[in-house]
Amino acid sequence: MTKEDVKQIVLDIIAEIAPDEELSDIKPEVRLREQLDLDSMDFLDIVMELRKQHGIEVPEDDYPELASLDSCADYLLPKFEAKASA
Amino acid sequence: MTSELNGAHYDCLVIGAGMSGLAAAIRLAMFDKRVLIVERHNAAGGLNSFYSIAGRKYDVGLHAMTNYAPPGAKRLPLIKILRQLRLDRDQLDLSEQCGSKIVIPGYSLNFSNDFALFESEVAQVFPEQIDGFRRLVEHVKSFNETALDIQEESAIAVLREFLSDDALVNMLMIPVCYYGSARENDLDFSQFVILFKALFMEGFARPFDGVRVIIRALLSKYRELGGERKMKCGVREIVADNGHASRVIFDDGTEITADKIISSIGYAETLRLCSDQPGDAGRDNTGALSFVETITVLKKQPASLGWKDTIVFFNNSEHFDYRRPKDLVDCRSGVICFPNNYQYSDERKLEEGFLRVTALANYDRWAALTDQEYADAKDQWYETLQRRALDFLPMPRVRDKEHTTPPMVAHKAQARLVLEQYTEAKDMFTPLTITKFTGHLSGAVYGAPNKVKTGRTHLDNVFLCGTDQGFLGITGAMLSGISMANLHVLGAG
Ligand SMILES: Cc1cc2nc3c(=O)[nH]c(=O)nc-3n(C[C@H](O)[C@H](O)[C@H](O)COP(=O)(O)OP(=O)(O)OC[C@H]3O[C@@H](n4cnc5c(N)ncnc54)[C@H](O)[C@@H]3O)c2cc1C
Repeated sequence: MTKEDVKQIVLDIIAEIAPDEELSDIKPEVRLREQLDLDSMDFLDIVMELRKQHGIEVPEDDYPELASLDSCADYLLPKFEAKASA
Repeated sequence: MTSELNGAHYDCLVIGAGMSGLAAAIRLAMFDKRVLIVERHNAAGGLNSFYSIAGRKYDVGLHAMTNYAPPGAKRLPLIKILRQLRLDRDQLDLSEQCGSKIVIPGYSLNFSNDFALFESEVAQVFPEQIDGFRRLVEHVKSFNETALDIQEESAIAVLREFLSDDALVNMLMIPVCYYGSARENDLDFSQFVILFKALFMEGFARPFDGVRVIIRALLSKYRELGGERKMKCGVREIVADNGHASRVIFDDGTEITADKIISSIGYAETLRLCSDQPGDAGRDNTGALSFVETITVLKKQPASLGWKDTIVFFNNSEHFDYRRPKDLVDCRSGVICFPNNYQYSDERKLEEGFLRVTALANYDRWAALTDQEYADAKDQWYETLQRRALDFLPMPRVRDKEHTTPPMVAHKAQARLVLEQYTEAKDMFTPLTITKFTGHLSGAVYGAPNKVKTGRTHLDNVFLCGTDQGFLGITGAMLSGISMANLHVLGAG
């Protein structure tokens, strides 16, 4: 698993919860909220889908870590790796 | 019999399969909660439903779905609902209104889903008020009506800060009250903002096949997600132990347990199910406002009679009184709706014409009538409301050759003759009908005057959604179900 894989996983989830958004040129270093029309309800869904599809838990205090694709990758990669080796 | 459920345990029980309960249940099923939705009636949809009499489908409720948002719009309630429930907008088959108006003697304001029309109408009819109106609109736009901690303010007082002509203040209040105020005469300004945006800035739409389309979309999504549903299954009692709901008893005696309960049936209605509450619990917060509605099936499309508006909000004086009437019905003000007058795609036309007229009504007065008096009162008020509606509609236009107007018949009498001649069928529902179909006390369509925005109750695992949580109408109810499920069941988990 690489950071790119994690970014793709997050993008796939966003495509599922917000099919009306254009995702083709998302800049990974820029905050998602600045590029997409996502609100707190949508972020809750990203977290819920991570749990449902991948068994990854994101505690509420860590929601800010999901701000951009890059920060998602930094934050989530260790969780995916821990999950894989468990 | 629901006995096969006896002893079952759920993560969450949702009481009521109306718009809000269905939306809440979908959210929970989506994230693998074991959820059961129970509904006392045999049909879903609650306050917004439909029935058939003599093979004819009557759509009860849906005049207009408020909060229309075009494809690609951002951050609007409808878009949030579609995302949160993972519905495709095509499933709702929404068509926009043709155009609506607010009419009082001497004044008429047209509006549509294009807010610029409304603004130009205000500028034309109330030239002295337009600057104040524009400032009011700016204030409304920048107001955060969804914050849970807003101080209550009188909407009328705020409107008067911007507008000096009470005729305009009242004209704004008529649609806002009729389409969502649970309070008599005034309402909280944040509620006004929600409604002003929903009605004027977003606008009206309708699925060609009416409210069934929305209910069907919700039910099939819920089914797809594996949610369980039990119809003809009312909740009789919520057994409370030390501030916690420990089990639930259904009408037939079946008992189940659930970690959490979301109730969409209303504030007082929910309290009264709880074993630790008196039978009249919540009586200081029950709604007083109810309505009657006449439904007239026409042999022609209303537009062919010259009736082209989608909705007409009317009031017969500059003073607007929105409260429980002393008489059975208050026909001074009301709402006329033509469900035919939407811009249905592909030239689709509803097979029959419909004219619906809604007015305020007094539940207690209707409840006190004997069967015969009730039937007579229905006939009498049906006639009265038709006449009143004709006062606010253009003179019906008839081109048929066989229609010959008797000479010397006064204008109004002639309009009545035409309407009678083109009436195919009629029905009327009263506050008692509303209570019968929804369980809402006093036929109060918009529920309790004081909303419970947090959704919390005196029991730590029982929450409210829908009408008494604060968001009204079809769109509002769905949003309420979603946000309460998120806040109290998903977010915490
Ligand atoms: C005549 C009329 C016209 C309307 N027109 C419009 C319109 O044009 N546009 C619009 O947006 N809104 C309209 N509304 C308002 C809209 O219908 C409501 O705001 C909305 O449907 C409320 O949904 P809800 O889920 O909160 O409540 P409800 O729809 O009342 O759902 C509650 C459900 O709980 C069930 N229930 C009650 N007690 C129990 C029990 N003990 N056990 C199990 N189940 C129980 C009821 O049967 C009901 O199905 C109209 C309403 C009426 C009555």
